[in-house]
Amino acid sequence: MDTVDLRIPCKAEWVALARLSVAAVASRLHFSIDEIEDIKLAVAEACTNCIQHADGSQHIDIKCESIEDGLRISVRDQGRGTHPDHIRSRELGDERVGGLGVFLIRSLMDHVDYDVHPDQGTLLVMTKHLSA
Amino acid sequence: MDIKVNVREAQADCYVVELSGEIDVYTSPKVKDAIGDLIDRGVYNLVIDLEKVRYIDSTGLGVLIGGLKRVREHGGSVNLVCTNPQIRKIFDITGLVKIFGIFENEDSAMKALV
Repeated sequence: MDTVDLRIPCKAEWVALARLSVAAVASRLHFSIDEIEDIKLAVAEACTNCIQHADGSQHIDIKCESIEDGLRISVRDQGRGTHPDHIRSRELGDERVGGLGVFLIRSLMDHVDYDVHPDQGTLLVMTKHLSA
Repeated sequence: MDIKVNVREAQADCYVVELSGEIDVYTSPKVKDAIGDLIDRGVYNLVIDLEKVRYIDSTGLGVLIGGLKRVREHGGSVNLVCTNPQIRKIFDITGLVKIFGIFENEDSAMKALV
């Protein structure tokens, strides 16, 4: 299993680097252009959540793992996070702004898990399978 | 990565906001400021042209939703120009196609405003 690790400062100006780096990994694993766009957006939303909710986190760690049928991406911060399940859920066409990022991550990726430890940060693990 | 914002008056009280580049957590404040400035000046009918936008995330969507809410308070509206399938997909997934008018070109977006 090949892995690629990336650490970025927990600042808005570095999110583009994260999404483009992960897109390069996904391209290397032969995801389609549409799937790469999905992965880019999901990673960016995960990083944005860290920036907006992880008070005190200095950086964001992103791990890309090549798995048998796709790509597993872990995004971890070290701040006092908000569990995504506590972010208000949305209905389609909802005019509220909050919760859009989590909604998109869940929509674009095949599997999403969160692990939140008070004062130890949040770990988001998401998987995208290669289409047949 | 950056976003370019070009604002122009298309017809009386109707402005076009042309965006070019990528709208994310870093660049969306610039878009928010541009739209907010127009609304503060009393412009409540906007066409936001996303044709040259290569990428948009939830913060960008949030700025558009925020702008729409503000102009609606004054009886105005926001229509979008968007034909990029990837960008359009984000509006479809989130259901925002139900609250924004999304058009293939500026003319049709403008006609639907007035």
